[in-house]
Amino acid sequence: MASVCFYFQVHQPFRLGHYTIFDSHNNYFDDSRNAQICRKVAEKCYLPSNLLFLDLIKKYHGRFKISYSITGVLLEQLQLYAPRVLETFQELADTGCVEFLGETYHHSLSFLYSHEEFIRQIKAHTRTIQKLFGQRPRIFRNTELIYNNNLAELIEKLGTFDGIITEGADHILGYRSPNFVYRPVNSKRLKLLLKNYRLSDDIAFRFSNRSWSQWPLKADKFASWVNAINGCGFVVNLFMDYETFGEHQWESTGIFDFMRHLPHEILKHPDNDFKTPSEAINSYDAVDEIDIPYTISWADIERDISAWRGNPMQENALAELYGFEKKVMKTHDPEIIAHWRKLQTSDHFYYMCTKYFSDGDVHKYFNPYESPYDSYINFMNVLDNLNYRCSQSLSQRNRKASARSCKKAILNQKQNNEYSDLLCVPGMS
Amino acid sequence: MKTFMLGWEFPPFISGGLGTACYGLSKALDQLGVKITFVLPKANPAHHAEHLKMISAKDAVQSNGIKTSMFKDVKFYTIASPLRPYTSPDTYEQQVTNAALLKGKNAAGPSGQHSDFLNNADNYSGDLYTQVNRYAEKVAQIAVTEDFDIIHAHDWMTYPAGIAAAGISCKPLVVQVHATEFDRSGEHINQSIYDIERQGMHFASKVIAVSNFTKNIIVERYGIQPEKVEVVYNGVERDNNYCCTQSSLEKTDKIVLFLGRITMQKGPEYFLAAAKKVLEVIKNVKFIMAGNGDMMNRTIELAARLGIGSKVLFTGFLRGEDVRKAYQMADLYVMPSVSEPFGIAPLEALQSNVPVLISKQSGIAEVLANALKVDFWDIREMADKIVAVLRHPSLQQTLKKNGSSEVVKFRWEDSAAKIKKIYEQLLVSV
Repeated sequence: MASVCFYFQVHQPFRLGHYTIFDSHNNYFDDSRNAQICRKVAEKCYLPSNLLFLDLIKKYHGRFKISYSITGVLLEQLQLYAPRVLETFQELADTGCVEFLGETYHHSLSFLYSHEEFIRQIKAHTRTIQKLFGQRPRIFRNTELIYNNNLAELIEKLGTFDGIITEGADHILGYRSPNFVYRPVNSKRLKLLLKNYRLSDDIAFRFSNRSWSQWPLKADKFASWVNAINGCGFVVNLFMDYETFGEHQWESTGIFDFMRHLPHEILKHPDNDFKTPSEAINSYDAVDEIDIPYTISWADIERDISAWRGNPMQENALAELYGFEKKVMKTHDPEIIAHWRKLQTSDHFYYMCTKYFSDGDVHKYFNPYESPYDSYINFMNVLDNLNYRCSQSLSQRNRKASARSCKKAILNQKQNNEYSDLLCVPGMS
Repeated sequence: MKTFMLGWEFPPFISGGLGTACYGLSKALDQLGVKITFVLPKANPAHHAEHLKMISAKDAVQSNGIKTSMFKDVKFYTIASPLRPYTSPDTYEQQVTNAALLKGKNAAGPSGQHSDFLNNADNYSGDLYTQVNRYAEKVAQIAVTEDFDIIHAHDWMTYPAGIAAAGISCKPLVVQVHATEFDRSGEHINQSIYDIERQGMHFASKVIAVSNFTKNIIVERYGIQPEKVEVVYNGVERDNNYCCTQSSLEKTDKIVLFLGRITMQKGPEYFLAAAKKVLEVIKNVKFIMAGNGDMMNRTIELAARLGIGSKVLFTGFLRGEDVRKAYQMADLYVMPSVSEPFGIAPLEALQSNVPVLISKQSGIAEVLANALKVDFWDIREMADKIVAVLRHPSLQQTLKKNGSSEVVKFRWEDSAAKIKKIYEQLLVSV
């Protein structure tokens, strides 16, 4: 039995506009550029892919299944710039063959810096998914599949998830295969699904590479590789960015045709099927424990977090950003808090990565900056202004507070429920 | 393979990158087994009576801090001439006037002080172009007696000499463009110099540009076929002394360094305008302008006019140990050049562990990844980046670390290897 389990990551950040130390406005985000990119990706990838998968689900009468993890920041942008895409995601949800995973609303690295914020963002995301798609996420995927034992522990404590998705990195699996269900070390309830990065990358990265020995990749050939797993594994986890379809691999490479024919080729083999992540972990027992004391991710060849925390600029930007948490929260200013959260999206730190930069191999995908240094400077200028706004807001609050003499009690009454006014995608409340 | 190289005096005797490039290239070509006859103009030949002198490598590099053992097969000729790198018709006139003054003084002096070539106004008869042609004649004399396969001339003052040598020997000429008249003078070019450059480039069998930035100028402004122009980037000398200890100096002020000729080409006024803006945000910062040039006085006045006179320090021309000290103190090196064909100085700064901010109007910006880059005219952006480096140690640190490891990739060996290949291709096609 080989179950093919597709999970697609759907995300676009709110990119920052150019911001110098001499600026003092608070329109940090480049709305026109973000709108333009969102519409472009919607047209080339999201919409055609969603329509294709809707077709396939209908055609195979519930035998073709997929899953998505869609970030809150993308959902907001779809609402604003490409509502048709959101509708088709909702249609997909209605088929019953599509599972929606949970993650941090802001596609953030908060797990590494602030567990309180991390959990707030997961809850915010869960509420949004429930509201939009009518299902409560049961499987968790952390930003960029960042994972370690500690994450599993936290997620288990939350009690709302049954499993976690992460990278099937060689250095953690050793001789073991990613094609089984595993269990985090010391965990009682949770199960782990590990990315089969070879087969995933054959689609996501190598598909159009003409110097690859397997080019051109056709659905029947790919299905034969999946068939080969029969007998030495239960589940083939194909995890990739949704932009693989039509963006990373252009339509002209034949990527949509490949996907159109894949279900037929996979289902030709009587022992094969498609499963959502929840179905996969419910169908198969965990075969072993996985112990990951060091943090892993699905990025670059290192499969670690050096893409976001690999140099002093990134460390500094992240430390300062999360260092503001208390101050930001104290303002109770929804706009300040929202801006602070949008700055947490991991892409901002990815743009600052200097690995491979001298070789000209920048993290290029819709990167608005000419260099990692420019991105750091821009980010820090924005952060500087945000800090200033916090200070202003707090001293205003203090002034108001002392104006009324018995104000302390009122301040104390305010609960840490700042998220409530934020979560709603505009127009959703 | 033998090359007849028309170059310039080695560092530290000259200012700027031309002599540095001649030295780095010759040394590396020599290592690759290319025999070199190196001809250069020299203001103070050992015996000023002789206008032409063949000297040993030892004499050529004596007292320059350069080890003679570095050269295996290089023969040097010096030709008495007032030509110097970066001489312009104006500065040449100045030179003549100074020489005349000196001569008058010396004649009046009782001791009849030793007057060398430079101080002898007779040697200045005629204008700069006369000198360029006179130099060409003398080079031609050497060319008759020397045996070589190829001629390689560096920048416009040696092009007529290169053409003359090619005429006599019937060997191919390669001209290497380290700077064009458009770099030096913007749109107000000197037509005579432009004509000489153009003639040299057209006559040459191959033109070497130090960057694509310069190649574009050569193609667009001088009408040279792009296929005839090869880009060969400069390298940088490994200088162990440079990448030495961080200064233990206790500074109260941050220091931003401009190090280069203070001329229109180098953009000193943009540096000052950015300094003014930086000072709006950060108070404890000093701007050091190290260098000399025809815009020196105007630049000092401008600093005063902007009201930042006390924040800008002018050191004059620095060399050797002083350059090192300047780098040691600096938090950031800025090269705001209006038009910079290559730009070796930022590489030297990085070797000294100083992060760099360079103008996009430079050759080096094409190839150096780990640097901050701005358009020279974009003062706000320049100031923004200066402020960021001064405020964020992590930015400074990352730029330093990645920059200094990137600099290692700029090797004269690679430049020389590329030039040797160009020679070989030319000789095959002859």
